[in-house]
Amino acid sequence: MNTPLDTPRTRVQVEVNGSTVVRDVECRKHLVDFLREDCGLKGSHLGCEHGVCGACTVRLDGQAVRGCLVLAAQAHGGRVETVETATPGPRLKALQDAFVEHNALQCGYCTPGMLMAALDLVERRPDADREQVRVWISGNYCRCTGYHAIVDAVCTVLERQRAGTLGEEVQA
Amino acid sequence: MNHPTEIPGWRDLGVDLPAVTEDQRHIGVAIPREGVRRLTQGRGQFVDDVELPRLAHVAFWRSPVAHMRITHIDRSAAQALPGVIAVVTGPEIARLCKPWVATLGHLAGIKSAPQYPLAIERATWQGEPVVAVVAETRARAEDALALLEVSWEELPAVLDTETALDAATPLIHPELGDNLCFTRSLDTGGVDEAFARPDAVVFEETYVFGRHTGVTLEPRCQIADWNPGDGKLTVWHSFQAPHMMQDLYCRQFDLSESQVRVICRDVGGSFGIKVHAYPDDFATVALAMMLGRPVKFVADRLESFVSDIHAREHRIKARIAASRAGEILAFEIDDLTGIGPYSVFPRTSGIEGNQVVNLTGGPYRHKAYRAKLNVVFQNKVPTCQYRGVGHPIACAVTEALVDGVAAKLGLDPIAFRQANVIRDDAYPATGASGIKLELLSHEACLREARRVCNYDALRAEQQALRASGVHRGIGVATLIELTNPSAAFYGVGGARIASQDGATIRLEPTGVITVSSSVGEQGQGAEAVFAQIAADAVGVELDRVRVRTGDTDTTPYGGGTWASRGAGIGGEAVLLAGRALRDNILATAQAILQRDRQGLRLRRGTIVDAASGEALLDLAELGRIAYFRSDTLPKDFTPELMVTRHYAQRDYPFIFTNGVQVSHVEVDTDTGFVKLLKHWAVEDCGRVINPMLVDEQMRGAIVQGIGGALFEECLYDSSGTLCNGNMADYLVPMAGEMPDIVVSHVQSPTRSSLLGAKGAGEAGTAGAPGAVMNAINDALAPFGVRVSSQPITPEKILRALGKI
Repeated sequence: MNTPLDTPRTRVQVEVNGSTVVRDVECRKHLVDFLREDCGLKGSHLGCEHGVCGACTVRLDGQAVRGCLVLAAQAHGGRVETVETATPGPRLKALQDAFVEHNALQCGYCTPGMLMAALDLVERRPDADREQVRVWISGNYCRCTGYHAIVDAVCTVLERQRAGTLGEEVQA
Repeated sequence: MNHPTEIPGWRDLGVDLPAVTEDQRHIGVAIPREGVRRLTQGRGQFVDDVELPRLAHVAFWRSPVAHMRITHIDRSAAQALPGVIAVVTGPEIARLCKPWVATLGHLAGIKSAPQYPLAIERATWQGEPVVAVVAETRARAEDALALLEVSWEELPAVLDTETALDAATPLIHPELGDNLCFTRSLDTGGVDEAFARPDAVVFEETYVFGRHTGVTLEPRCQIADWNPGDGKLTVWHSFQAPHMMQDLYCRQFDLSESQVRVICRDVGGSFGIKVHAYPDDFATVALAMMLGRPVKFVADRLESFVSDIHAREHRIKARIAASRAGEILAFEIDDLTGIGPYSVFPRTSGIEGNQVVNLTGGPYRHKAYRAKLNVVFQNKVPTCQYRGVGHPIACAVTEALVDGVAAKLGLDPIAFRQANVIRDDAYPATGASGIKLELLSHEACLREARRVCNYDALRAEQQALRASGVHRGIGVATLIELTNPSAAFYGVGGARIASQDGATIRLEPTGVITVSSSVGEQGQGAEAVFAQIAADAVGVELDRVRVRTGDTDTTPYGGGTWASRGAGIGGEAVLLAGRALRDNILATAQAILQRDRQGLRLRRGTIVDAASGEALLDLAELGRIAYFRSDTLPKDFTPELMVTRHYAQRDYPFIFTNGVQVSHVEVDTDTGFVKLLKHWAVEDCGRVINPMLVDEQMRGAIVQGIGGALFEECLYDSSGTLCNGNMADYLVPMAGEMPDIVVSHVQSPTRSSLLGAKGAGEAGTAGAPGAVMNAINDALAPFGVRVSSQPITPEKILRALGKI
């Protein structure tokens, strides 16, 4: 039996939403548990803890990752962005607004992860069409909406970005 | 009227009906939910987000096999692990929590066996909780699970429903005498005669519906906190019916309502999964009482699959008779369904099959109907009410039969339905099964469905593409949905599940209003529609309305969310309370202004002169005087600026809704893959309060229905082990494979309430499996083959085509 009586710990230093956080954590701790338990950031949710549902999607060094498949120790020295950021960039802000306007969430449990995945799309695939949006967010399960409104919301932001009306930061 | 916050794409549906309030500006309008903005910023509060001092965490050791006798539990190593607080077994929990038997008086003959929070002597399904480990962290509790040593003797498992009642099959509960939970027969008479008519055309088929489950994205979870100082239990719960759970905690633990508080804040999806009393729920409460500290239980996804209720698992032999002239004469069904080893508390597991009997053939005018239902026990996860409850099955069977016989008659599916549905001017009506139908609109919905999907063009395209080897199908499903239930659903059967709900509305001193409702929020938008109703009923702007739900200490007593009742029942209570508060505000204004009450109106937050519209008194000023300067008011007048009203629907057992769905698919006959091209839903939920929210209820429910029709199934091996109990292998619909869904509305308000709203939460799930199955069979028609077993996988399609 390999159950550790005294699980090894490690010190991690991570920039979380712009602030530096230093914590001693169990080596086995996942990034999303680190965010929720050690940083008090409850916005990233656990839906499956095996990398399928996407509810724990956050960005690590600019890359969308599953918070349940990355260890906190792997984020050491890195930069993590979650949906709770106090100063959302214009793209995230536009997505948050569009989700409200289109009722692209019901219970809201998948929403933080969905928004981080959508943010990744809006940055990386500015020309995505409706079908490509559907495919891109297929790594994020929503059990409430049927996806239609989420796709509407993301497409609206893509259109606004293409029209250059998202805000100055994006234009620059 | 164009509401300032109305968003393009949705028309104000309120203008199509007579207004229910004096200055109706919000009811019927697609207003975005400002209340969910915090959820887009990660600022919700779900149960797992709550942390309390001395919080402990429980993990359960669950039976790894379908049926076993527990022979020995050695907990010494687990108990010795640092950080472990307690390791507790069934008999210890049973000292605190009584066992339960889930039956209902009006389901004649239903039986089940006593069930305990943790298995006592035997475990009867893979996943039944056996031992609880409480530790300082969830991770440490799971570490300790691995150190538990449980010995067992494996017992034969009853899995196959077809043989569950055979004499040779072992009994799961020997004291019950057989493996039959519930049986029901219904016969209107005239069925044999109808099928024997010389002009009868008969279509017969057997339908199979696999087991699936709800997969709420937030798993079931709770924190139970027992305070020994004041003898009070507080449970933070992710649940749909907080008062029902309060009542059950009282009964199982010998407490009174004044000792039990249930709090439901944000709930991450429910769909019927979170309206049942689970053994691990009672166990968590018992542990909190034992330990005198808060205990958190959050199911991980793997245990969700083996502990959340499952649903469906029906095999239905069915047939329909129609005359050569195209008149439906009779339906007959024989439903066999497996529900696991126990009827689920407190709603029972007999309801789904009972609904199938009540609802099959529901939209049509035939008089002859015969149904047989057997609900059997088996050693799998218990099944119970999940979104749609029997409707998806009844609808899919009915509509497949209707398509089948229409094809034999050479009639168009929509035209055949139009000729046979109960006429729109024939209500109130009684269906062949005896169901009372207040007011439906099948004809109007079929006309709208035909229009909105451009049916004739779809048919022409289908014909043209078939020539080039592209096989598209168009499937239609007409449906009825039971909503706004009276006490006939549960109360008459002895279940302490409220059919009434209440709303309290208070005018605050600054002129804002606070609505408190016994119907809570799990994402459907209940709080948003209550705000819209309250704003119009009282006469204030929407931004002056705050809604609070989900706390048995502070809200009125009521049933909560289930059976598509939140808007229709809870909304009516809000409307009644809002009108009463408005009257009381005007009486207060009369006392302050010393003007005739008849000449006063409350408009958009201001008391105005009825004739001239002149502003006389702002609500904030009225509130200031009423609350802080009562010395200035007449001595014989006391402002009553907080009112409560309740509502129960008592005119009919249920208020039925109806609708039509059309599914457009393309079947790849080489791979068996189905591409969903588009889906249309025409729905009639009576008065629409917020069309955007109704659209999203329909769409989400349709996708859940599609999940059951095409993807989702709890697959068991021959020993009763769930083979695909994880998110990767159990296929939840994803965005990329779902179609765009177009929703149209027809409004036939119920006369059982002033508001006229019926439910909208389940109709989508009710219709989608039938529409999709019919569409696939329509695509396969040129090959002369059909599929009738859901989920309809590529393999089943290829087998039907004879390709594998």
